Amino acid sequence: MTTDLFLSNVGFFVMGLMALAGALIAVSQQNLLRAALGLILAFLGVAGIYFMLEAEFVGVVQILIYVGAISVLILFAVMLTRGLMRGAGSGHNSQWIGAAFVSLLLFLILSAVALFAHWNVTATKVTTDLVPKIGVDLLTTYLLPFEAISLLLLAALVGAIVIARE
Amino acid sequence: MDILNNLFPNLYDWLAGALHALLAGLNLVKDAENAIVATIMALVVVVVLLLWLVLMVLAMIWFERKTAARVQDRVGPNRVGPWGLLQPIADTIKMLIKEDIIPTNADRLVHTLAPIVTAAPAVLAFAVIPWGKGMFPVDLNIGLLWIVAIGSIGTIGIFMAGYGSNNKFSLLGGMRAVAQMVSYEVPQVLTIVVIALLAGSLSLNKIVDAQGGMGGFGWYILAFPVGPIAFVIYYISALAEVNRTPFDLPEGESEIVAGHHTEYSGLKWGMFYVGEYFNFFLVCCVAVTLFLGGWQGPILPPYVWFIVKVYALVLLGMWIRMTWPRFRVDHLMAFAWKVLVPIALVNIILASLFVTYALPALKQMGLF
Amino acid sequence: MLDRYGIVALFALVALLFPPIGLFMSWLVRPKKPNKSKLSTYECGLEFEDFPEEAQQVWVQFRVQYYIYALIFVVFDVEVVFLYPWAVAYNSLGIFALVEMVIFLAILVVALVYAWRKNQLKWV
Repeated sequence: MTTDLFLSNVGFFVMGLMALAGALIAVSQQNLLRAALGLILAFLGVAGIYFMLEAEFVGVVQILIYVGAISVLILFAVMLTRGLMRGAGSGHNSQWIGAAFVSLLLFLILSAVALFAHWNVTATKVTTDLVPKIGVDLLTTYLLPFEAISLLLLAALVGAIVIARE
Repeated sequence: MDILNNLFPNLYDWLAGALHALLAGLNLVKDAENAIVATIMALVVVVVLLLWLVLMVLAMIWFERKTAARVQDRVGPNRVGPWGLLQPIADTIKMLIKEDIIPTNADRLVHTLAPIVTAAPAVLAFAVIPWGKGMFPVDLNIGLLWIVAIGSIGTIGIFMAGYGSNNKFSLLGGMRAVAQMVSYEVPQVLTIVVIALLAGSLSLNKIVDAQGGMGGFGWYILAFPVGPIAFVIYYISALAEVNRTPFDLPEGESEIVAGHHTEYSGLKWGMFYVGEYFNFFLVCCVAVTLFLGGWQGPILPPYVWFIVKVYALVLLGMWIRMTWPRFRVDHLMAFAWKVLVPIALVNIILASLFVTYALPALKQMGLF
Repeated sequence: MLDRYGIVALFALVALLFPPIGLFMSWLVRPKKPNKSKLSTYECGLEFEDFPEEAQQVWVQFRVQYYIYALIFVVFDVEVVFLYPWAVAYNSLGIFALVEMVIFLAILVVALVYAWRKNQLKWV
């Protein structure tokens, strides 16, 4: 195994473990704010995985939007719930057997897809700057989704303001 | 002159060559040998950069206290070493030996992690800044966005500090600080879009290279009318991002005790304090790279030009701090959303028109 | 390209190790003498432990205003993320790209004006 491949594998495992650890903290902590912080760790892990896939623009946008903006939104929303300081009670309810079964099933299905699908693997490395290409594609091939996104953002903002004013 | 200009890249090459010679005796695979040399050189660069940054921050702390003193018609620190130059070191030792008090019922883990989450991103963002010709730790294709993204991680640290202290003032101060930083991030990123338009790239190296026209004076701040507007908006929102006066409502002593770092003592508070200076230095470095041409300039070596320009902006920031009163919180928010964001949006449209119509003409005239 | 991010990862490692090492050095040399009044939270001259149980729950009068600011920030952040590729690719696109972007920005200006008119940008 070449040095390159070895380091790539190391990087992937480290980032994957970070995402996994963050997710575990997010679901197991009873203190809501600590759970939100675990979620932030998971976001950082996913950003790391994007970088390993040489999708650097997506990775940096993940950090900018998810860790920078959405995490702040989630933290503010957590502060809305007064139950924060008192803890959330016991960690599970009576339906945990069904939930565990469904989770196991989902895990088996996803692993089967990941392991046995025919993924299109290219051997070339990405060396050029991808951002201009993304820009060109966004404004020519994917123009309609691009404009639709602005309408989506407008709708989201208007909806949130209407709900928040009540 | 060329030796002086390329001093640091030459040192780097010499060290890498020495390491290769050292490892040649071990007869490793070419791949592994290159990887080891690259890792050691990267470590050297990181450590040197870190020491340099600490030195810069200590110098800034001394500089601020002296200029504040002179502006207020007094002398400032002059006991500890000549002209008080050792004062920051004395402050650091004082912070190291202070007792660390964590309040009861505070979330200890969050309380301890908060200074780390606030201070670490500031250091990480320095990785992409070109300090001189050929002197950059890493040249990322998306360097500009990297700085913005890493800077936005610091917001989480301030929120953690506010929550983890189990104190009403801290929580309120923390939330206000986060709201302020978040509001001023929008004009900041909007003005950086203008730079991406003018340079056609997000890589900081290419942006600095593109400002080399006019004998090293083809800076983007001179691109009327979009350059100065973008610079002013960027500098104002950046000052607000790092919570410096006149935007330091979250930490003004008369307003909210000390805001999110009320309950911090010793080195943890020191990290917030130093972290603020790190951020301020980072913001000035970024402004110099984007608007003032980075290391471009005639005669003097590039790295000297860079430091001179950065300290000019640092002086400007300190001057503003010593002269203007603090903003009220509702004025703060209204200013960001109702004044800066519309101007920044209009500026983007103007800049795109500038690039299409004016820039080719200016290039033909030999400018830019 | 990945080797650049290797250096960045090294940077991140050192940046993350730097504060804990400092804290460790401080832990070695600082005194540890906690007592009740030192450990109480700052409350402008009153004793936090003397408050009744309800008053010891630390919370702030939460205003939805904070959430609205964060939400508007998310919307504008996503908008800016779309502005960057357009800005970088601007030179290789025609004038039509400018028109498309103006439409995009105009829709989001409508969003900002809506928030403004509904007084959501006011700090109450």
